[in-house]
Amino acid sequence: MEKMPKWADVVLIPLISLILAAAISALVILGIGEDPIEAVKLMVQGALGSSNGWGYTLYYATNFMFTGLAVAVAFHASLFNIGGEGQAMLGGLGVALVCLFIPWPHWSIALIAASGAAALFGAAWALIPAYLQVRRGSHVVITTIMFNFIAFSLLNYVLVNQLRPPRAMDPASAKFPEATHLPSLHDILGTVGIEFSKHAPANISLLIAIAACVGVWALIWRTRFGFELRAFGKSESGARYAGISPFKITIVTMLISGGLAGMMAINNVMGESERLVLNAVEGAGFIGIAVSLMGRNHPFGVFLAAILFGFLYQGGAELALWTNIPRELIVVIQALVILFTGALDNMVRMPLERIFLALNTKKEG
Amino acid sequence: MAFLDLIQLFDTTIRLATPLLLACLAGLYSERAGIFDIGLEGKMLAAAFFSAAIAYSMGSVWMGLLAGIGISLALSAIHGLASITFRGNQLISGLAITMLAGGMTVLVAQSWFAQGGRTPSLTDDSRFTGIELPFAIGPSEAEAAGRPLSQLIAEAGPLQQIYSELISGHSILVYIAFALVPLTWWVLYATRFGLRLRAVGENPASVDTAGVSVVGLRYAAVMICGVLCGIAGAYLATALQAGFVKDMTAGRGYIALAALIFAKWRPWYALSATLLFGLFQALELRPDMIENVTGVAVQAQLLGALPYILTVVILAGFVGKAIPPRAGGQPYVKER
Repeated sequence: MEKMPKWADVVLIPLISLILAAAISALVILGIGEDPIEAVKLMVQGALGSSNGWGYTLYYATNFMFTGLAVAVAFHASLFNIGGEGQAMLGGLGVALVCLFIPWPHWSIALIAASGAAALFGAAWALIPAYLQVRRGSHVVITTIMFNFIAFSLLNYVLVNQLRPPRAMDPASAKFPEATHLPSLHDILGTVGIEFSKHAPANISLLIAIAACVGVWALIWRTRFGFELRAFGKSESGARYAGISPFKITIVTMLISGGLAGMMAINNVMGESERLVLNAVEGAGFIGIAVSLMGRNHPFGVFLAAILFGFLYQGGAELALWTNIPRELIVVIQALVILFTGALDNMVRMPLERIFLALNTKKEG
Repeated sequence: MAFLDLIQLFDTTIRLATPLLLACLAGLYSERAGIFDIGLEGKMLAAAFFSAAIAYSMGSVWMGLLAGIGISLALSAIHGLASITFRGNQLISGLAITMLAGGMTVLVAQSWFAQGGRTPSLTDDSRFTGIELPFAIGPSEAEAAGRPLSQLIAEAGPLQQIYSELISGHSILVYIAFALVPLTWWVLYATRFGLRLRAVGENPASVDTAGVSVVGLRYAAVMICGVLCGIAGAYLATALQAGFVKDMTAGRGYIALAALIFAKWRPWYALSATLLFGLFQALELRPDMIENVTGVAVQAQLLGALPYILTVVILAGFVGKAIPPRAGGQPYVKER
């Protein structure tokens, strides 16, 4: 017998977790002497009240869709890819190399090549942890953490010693050439006659991110590989009996996961900053974990959760601008969401299951 | 390179290895009991902030240390609740705790001190300062002689240089950290508690069958981990540096985790691993020293990444195999 109806598992538990996280965040805001209701109003106004706000919200959401999908794909195979941060950094390096050193005639061809390079670099960065997991039994969480730090050092080295233009002080590459600049939402919506803020960074990568959501859904639920991946995630020994190769699943899943995290770079590096800076990822790799947990590892859930976190990010930036609440409030909210939806899941689930069980037995009896 | 330079390099190594050692031993207790903890970083960070904040406002570094241990214990309790009581994912819990600490420290620091997420600088009476061991040349001798300390040490013999520069003059927490290594070894391998602790990380069902509480043992281990992380954080903010700055742990919790794997979850090896990683950090501050000795300029970035690269190499099994405690990361469910 099912302990709980499916809708409770998919909607109710994340919702209660979110409410708990929000309530504690409100207490934190009260604790530092600010008004939580006023703060929410400011956040909504700043993130959703204008097309400029929406432009930023959707820009952040694009990042989080890629990193969220990366975590979600790996989760389905019971792999915890905590290395989205490093993989996205490497993806940025791939994008920068493609944009800086190849003269592209048009942005569309450049975008295809840059996406490929971003995915390739990100995937390559996930390959070694994946290999070590299957062949050497070293936990993928530990190795991907290590690879995040190694990625930072590598990027720092490449930026300072190779890509930094002469006489520049900060560790950043040169500006990408004009032909690789991506059309923003302003340009795209302008062609169909919709006014959209000119300054917001949301760009065509958003559409690619949405396409990636659909693609990941199809991959996991509509292909043979997706079936094998889920079977492996549910029971490794069961999958082995069914003739599924753990080596293949682990490696390919981590390559896809790393590739998705790497592809974030077409949004933040190619679409927004149009050059490679050291802290381009800004923690988006870790937010991907919150997004994936919140979205119950389903691409549509990831899509919604990414927009929610995009809203929180843009709203948080507005708060930092107008009040004494620092941007780090968002990190706290994000941590609470991860804590409640990921680690303390049973704290919400156990009482709920008991309630539904009591209701069911009453109906039957 | 002169002998004294080398001594000074090792002196810096000890200072930088101390927080790594404390955090590494913290992780050792927790992971030996079967609870993975990637939240060492967060607990250290929270402890660093609260120890500095309380030491500053109460003017007592010991109160600061207590506050640091207190907040670290509170975070440990959350980790225990999530991973032992509610049998949640230990890795996700550790990650969430690290993030929570990263956000909350800045938020609270800004609210209390309004200095952009840092505490005011601590003066000497609200810090752990160096202890002068007997017969060592320290600041008091320099004052008595009326000459700078560096001059006095430079004139001393090599043994006295080692004693005065390397062994003497550290804060009490450094000596505590080093004393914890044999203590941990003794607790783990020579006491009943240690035997049970190791057993609960390898095969909790057998411990349960013997009538010993798995939950109790694991909570005990997680709490010891909290105390040690608290000391590590307090050391960072009140001894190594004078005050808290945003993200001051700078990945030390993860380096400690790397050292723990490097040490294959054993106390004496933890000491050598953290000293090695401390040496890397010390060399990162003095890149000129490597260049003088080897004639090759080593990239600072490479030194910074070396602990992580070495850990991956160890994990790859090129230098022996690191086998974690068998029941690590799995919540224990009593058979019904």
